[in-house]
Amino acid sequence: MSAVGKWLPSGLFGRGKTFARGIHPDSHKDTAGLAIRRLPFAPEMIVPLSQHIGKPAIALVQAGQEVVRGEPIGRADGFFSLPVHAPVTGVVRAVEPRMTASGAMVTSVVIHTHPSSDQQVLYRTPQDVAALSGKALIQAIQDAGIAGMGGATFPAHVKLAPPEGAVIDTFIANGAECEPYLTCDHRTMLEQPNDVIAGVRLAMRACGAPRAIIGVEDNKPDAIRALRAALRPEDAITVEAVVTKYPQGAEGTLIYALLGREIPIGQRTSAIGALGSNVMTLAYIGRLLHVGEGFIERVVTVTGPGVARPGNYLVPLGTPLRFLLEYTGAHGNEREIVLGGPMMGPAIASLDVSITKGTSGVLVLGAAEIATRSARSHPCIKCGECVQVCPKGLNPSMLGMLAAQRDYDTMVGHYHLDECFDCGCCSYVCPSNIPLAQQFRIAKGVLRKRAAATP
Amino acid sequence: MMNQTLNQTPKIELRTSPHIKSGRTVEQIMRNVVWALLPITAFSVWQYGLSALLLIVTVTATCLATERFMNRVMLTGNTLSDWSATITGLLLALTLPPSYPLWMGVVSGFVGIALGKFLFGGMGFNVFNPALVGRAFVQAAFPVSISTWTPAFAPGRFSGLIPTTLTAPLMTPPDIAYWAKHALDGFTGATPLARWKFENVLATPQDFLTGAVTASAGETSAILILLCGGYLAARKFMDWRIPVAVLGSAALLALAFHVFSPVRYPEPSFVLLSGGLLLGAVFMATDMATSPVTPWGVWIFGGIIGVVTVVIRYFGGLTEGVMYAILFANSLVPMIDQYTQPRVFGSLSGQRKGKKA
Repeated sequence: MSAVGKWLPSGLFGRGKTFARGIHPDSHKDTAGLAIRRLPFAPEMIVPLSQHIGKPAIALVQAGQEVVRGEPIGRADGFFSLPVHAPVTGVVRAVEPRMTASGAMVTSVVIHTHPSSDQQVLYRTPQDVAALSGKALIQAIQDAGIAGMGGATFPAHVKLAPPEGAVIDTFIANGAECEPYLTCDHRTMLEQPNDVIAGVRLAMRACGAPRAIIGVEDNKPDAIRALRAALRPEDAITVEAVVTKYPQGAEGTLIYALLGREIPIGQRTSAIGALGSNVMTLAYIGRLLHVGEGFIERVVTVTGPGVARPGNYLVPLGTPLRFLLEYTGAHGNEREIVLGGPMMGPAIASLDVSITKGTSGVLVLGAAEIATRSARSHPCIKCGECVQVCPKGLNPSMLGMLAAQRDYDTMVGHYHLDECFDCGCCSYVCPSNIPLAQQFRIAKGVLRKRAAATP
Repeated sequence: MMNQTLNQTPKIELRTSPHIKSGRTVEQIMRNVVWALLPITAFSVWQYGLSALLLIVTVTATCLATERFMNRVMLTGNTLSDWSATITGLLLALTLPPSYPLWMGVVSGFVGIALGKFLFGGMGFNVFNPALVGRAFVQAAFPVSISTWTPAFAPGRFSGLIPTTLTAPLMTPPDIAYWAKHALDGFTGATPLARWKFENVLATPQDFLTGAVTASAGETSAILILLCGGYLAARKFMDWRIPVAVLGSAALLALAFHVFSPVRYPEPSFVLLSGGLLLGAVFMATDMATSPVTPWGVWIFGGIIGVVTVVIRYFGGLTEGVMYAILFANSLVPMIDQYTQPRVFGSLSGQRKGKKA
């Protein structure tokens, strides 16, 4: 909170629920009015066995084997892992390392889609979710292979399992979708509000929360209306509008906006009695659990000046990016392709990676958008803009100068580098064009490696 | 066929997030400060005539030439295009008396850029405001010339130069008291601050607001300075908190003194409008590189400048204290920043106890 803002009740001057600092980038949510459409099945699917944070799945299939859509092709390796299901009916051609969006080679199941299959989901084990206990629900969510779809790809069941002794009083459903360009969560809330609410109910039971709040940025009033209409009188669920501001959808900022509680440094949200999940993740929990199907497709926003037919597509997980771009009409003049939103999404080096569980968007930028980014970098002029936007209350100006000197220990020890979560606000505003967020990522990477090397 | 197009894609770029930028650049900020200084410069020229024009052009050109020269010496690449040297030149010229000998102006410009800026490593690394470093140097080196004042709106200011302007380098400028008396009847040769300090005569606020007083080239029109500063603040090219803190603290302290002894100490409005306080508060204290980055820090920084200015004016040997007040506060910036780090989200000291929802 800013010094003055601390004494102002939120809602004063009609400002609504929000957090301190942050930025207001152009929203570019041009696809918000475009209904979700199904993408055709690509002739070849590349399904990485690790599409989440945690241990990779263990392959259950081998080359030459036939698989049906929805069948498990990889099983979870322990609690901190997720199974993987076949996105199409077809033949496994290989189980081999393939490139993923991060650039790493990951063992992947390559499936040739059966051209004459009607691609119905044939593999399912329906269950009575109403009868499941909290623990059994957690297990069911893991079995469905659901990873957080907001971008971090943390296994959903791990997030929903409160640590021993923690009391969760509020479950937070994150429908902020604060990244510019992305509208897949918006469309999901609008078109499938019942799935979202069903997911929230299950999540509340899984983590034992007596009430839930769905936080949606106030630029999506139609989604808020749709969700409210889907509520039943007995639901202890409220839908609240939060101010449209980046990074409103970061977990800490959204919880603060809705509950006024800060996650203490170095702790998890359960420490302040809250757990959260992204709304699309919840929609899939609500839809897949009772029919007992695996998570095999998701909504992806394909947008940016480089595509002819932008929109929200229901994309089978494992669809190669090249196929997606061909179908949506990439002009061939794309200069940069980002998976996810423009603030935090990684740019990809190759079109041969596939859409995975965490891919919320494909943003195709042309030469014009890149040219608007000044090429020239100046020394820090200490304008203090970064300090005024950092949602974590850090001093990126100082951190940047320390990073230039590679004084990583001071960055952590005195300037709380650990709290930085790569939101990129500092880089966004920096008039000197200093790649602050990048410097911090490098610093954190070096420190991680150093910590791993010295046990 | 589409496949071919994608295969032929010449290059896709790999950059790290964020992939979008606000579009604000250093050049844009600095350029706008220059625009904001131009009306003040123009007014100064109208007020003091050809001598002021020559002085401003000379000092600015010196700053630009020095910047280019230091680029070569220090192998930094051309930094003229960031406009910061232009600001230094204009600001420095506006703080000098209009009658200032041009060669001394050249010295101050060179010192400001070479010592005040490049010695520290160039833009962003300098501890002190370069324009004020230049001015402080010549104030010490040529104390007489920097307190030689000439009348505003003298008739004939566009048909001839003030006699001191073209003093040959290293020569003592001629005494212009006689010339000044002829240039404008009743001219006393002292600034309102000096007249208050040594003669206990107060200028009226109207004189200040319209610029009808004796002063440095760019210090005189309060209205213009506030308008131009307002433009910068409105477009967020300037931190409005700094001038507010400077003027607020100076006014509060002056008010306290005035209440204590209305005869001995002038009203706060005189303190605010006289001398270089407005120009300093709006355009010099706000120099980004030499002011704090933290939200609390800028208030403290501004407060120090306001208080020190008033203290120097009331109790120091000098009539004017803004320059030294800003330089003094500049030197404290690293310490101020150190002690006013923003509260990190989630740190316990600020944990809100109450639950809102």
